[in-house]
Amino acid sequence: MYPYILSEFIVERREDRCIRCRVCERQCANGVHLFDSELNRFFTTEKDCVGCQRCVMLCPADALYVRPRLADYRPNGSWTRDQMQNLKKQAATGGVVLTGSGNDKPYRVYWNHLTLNASQVTNPSIDPLREPMELQTFLGRKPDSLKIEFNGGKARLASEFPPNVPLRMPLLFSAMSLGAISYPAFKSLAMAAKEAGVLFNTGEGGLPVEMRGEYADHAIVQCASGRFGVDEDYLNCARIVEIKIGQGAKPGIGGHLPGEKVSDYIAQTRMIPRGTDALSPAPQHDIYSIEDLSMLIYALKEATDYSKPVSVKIAAVNNVAAIASGIVRAGADIVAIDGFRGGTGAAPLVTRDNVGIPIELALSAVDKRLRDEGIRNRCSVIAAGGIRSSADAIKAIALGDDAVYLATAPLVAMGCTLCHKCHTGKCNWGICTQDPFLTKRLNPELTSRRLSNLLRSWEHEIQEILGGMGVNAIESLRGNREHLRGLGLEEWELNVLGVKGAGE
Amino acid sequence: MNGFNVKFGYRDIFLEDVQPVHILYETRVKTAGCRAVIDARGLKHKELTDLLREAVRRGSSELVINHVFGQRYIGTRLYSPFKDEKICIEVNQFPGNDLGAFLNGHRITVQGNAQDGVGNTMDDGLIVVHGRAGDVTAMSMRGGQIFIRDNVGYRAAIHMKEYKDKVPVLTVGGTSQDFLGEYMAGGIVMLLGLNLQEDEPHRARYIGVGMHGGVIYLRGRLAEHQVGREVEICPPDERDREIIGRYVREYCRYFGGSPQEIINGRFQKLIPASLRPYGQIYAS
Repeated sequence: MYPYILSEFIVERREDRCIRCRVCERQCANGVHLFDSELNRFFTTEKDCVGCQRCVMLCPADALYVRPRLADYRPNGSWTRDQMQNLKKQAATGGVVLTGSGNDKPYRVYWNHLTLNASQVTNPSIDPLREPMELQTFLGRKPDSLKIEFNGGKARLASEFPPNVPLRMPLLFSAMSLGAISYPAFKSLAMAAKEAGVLFNTGEGGLPVEMRGEYADHAIVQCASGRFGVDEDYLNCARIVEIKIGQGAKPGIGGHLPGEKVSDYIAQTRMIPRGTDALSPAPQHDIYSIEDLSMLIYALKEATDYSKPVSVKIAAVNNVAAIASGIVRAGADIVAIDGFRGGTGAAPLVTRDNVGIPIELALSAVDKRLRDEGIRNRCSVIAAGGIRSSADAIKAIALGDDAVYLATAPLVAMGCTLCHKCHTGKCNWGICTQDPFLTKRLNPELTSRRLSNLLRSWEHEIQEILGGMGVNAIESLRGNREHLRGLGLEEWELNVLGVKGAGE
Repeated sequence: MNGFNVKFGYRDIFLEDVQPVHILYETRVKTAGCRAVIDARGLKHKELTDLLREAVRRGSSELVINHVFGQRYIGTRLYSPFKDEKICIEVNQFPGNDLGAFLNGHRITVQGNAQDGVGNTMDDGLIVVHGRAGDVTAMSMRGGQIFIRDNVGYRAAIHMKEYKDKVPVLTVGGTSQDFLGEYMAGGIVMLLGLNLQEDEPHRARYIGVGMHGGVIYLRGRLAEHQVGREVEICPPDERDREIIGRYVREYCRYFGGSPQEIINGRFQKLIPASLRPYGQIYAS
């Protein structure tokens, strides 16, 4: 740690309860607890504590408390503690301040200002426990029209369908690469996706060959600016190929997987030498325009023999609607939009907290624009970045979304406590680290069950809400803003969302 | 709301009005043994790649494509998980962008100039261009070899990689434009400068910026300011001479010339100063 920085947490040990089992000492990769057996007492290095609560939760005697240490500086509405601490870090290092996870600044969360509708009297609500409730979603381009041929009184569908991928429910695991997260975390996502009939996204760290047989059918593989691990086997084994242009947590910049995280195994899946920085350039250097994007989209379609939908993922930025329109016209079958509360394994703090726009507004603007232009059917839209609950997912679907990408939510289900220290590689929960001592804390068999439980509960909750609306298929809710009302929003916000105010 | 909307009209130039492959095959392909000669005049990208795939499916392993004029992705669509046979493709005249993109082991010879993105993310195989190549040649290349007789455009060999014995090689007979070997993470680039006059320097700037792996062997004059600050310039040693000799001889085998004369020129070796060029710019 750097000088002149107050510790962020207070670690309290109730000596009357502590049984000196030293679990806390073994569990903390940051070295906060140190036991001196001669003195029979613990020493605590509070300034290294990240507040991940691992020691607290594993303490068998409930002897530990870790609490945020509120700013001890003179209160100041403008020069907050965060601002001051960053200045001190910069003064000590001359470096760019890094952080992990998603934007934690108190920007307006629009999900909290949208409410859902339910049926009363004029149409009956449906009980999803006993009546059919369709959540199945198809990702990919839909034809402009359907040709039906009649032959001797029999009807036959004559249109050719572009490739589509079915999902049991409109939920997907968002891109988290092997390398950013640990192998057990990565595998847990794959296992849960398979179990639940949805897809996981490999990120740009490649897909290990030994996982392809079992899980490739549930994988979205990414072709990003670093092109790590991309070859024709990798592209052809998956269900969907995604071109990553941007990420909500860090629009416009690339990524550096630091050399110390590039172990033998990571080196092999990324096909780079061990111990070198894995640099993902900011742009893809074969894409400087919509026309170039089109070229890569069709290069990937060629490489996969036109058998898979190609997705393009962008960060939500100012002109996102026009960009999305260009992406669809360039030939993408899926547009994924990542809002500015999306997470990351590592990003400059200044970018994470200040660049991009919220997913709610971006999603609604994109859906509206594509409808206005008559090309909404040409792509599926996937929203990402800050979807915390099934309610957020339902609201996204009512704003025109086809399926949502989840990343922070499944990480929390695995154990993450959002300490925002992903970039240090010392995740005590074994998620965002490559240290074998830490990664073995996750058992994919158990963790994947937690993830499939999460998906199952969201599935039930979505069905309940749909039933309450009197709707028996998710398709009837898609883009149906009549089921939403805004609370405490200004007129321009309601306009962008295309939603009426409550009571209107 | 439909295809009749003129203002927002949507045309898919890649997929619309593509002629069925079985009809094209009858009129455009002549086969003799394992050799198929394809007339590409006026074909769309997909029509041509459909034909290439169909020809391979029907057993041809040597494809000659005549009258190529701007068709993209030649060689990209010949992947099959079940078939390991490597195809030889001769491209007569001028292929379009992304020639051999994602190529997985096939051999392509071009009798003419190539455009941008030659060997984009190529995995294995061989591309020989009897002419020049455009921008981002060998971008993110992971394996195989590319030989370009004349010059290449901007950002050639950008983010080339290697892993263990899978080392990609780009050999350029002429010179290149800026940002050669940017972010290079592995592989070998040979820039021979054969079309430069005596004492005429290479013009490219920012060579090897962000380089953190691989090596560039550069023949001819070069000032220090043309090279990124992540790069170290040093004279080639015995082992380097052996590598240079190997690829120069191969170059001459494809394009003619005297290997010894080229090898005797002044070579410099450009390598990364650090495997971690950006290790120190962050504070956590």
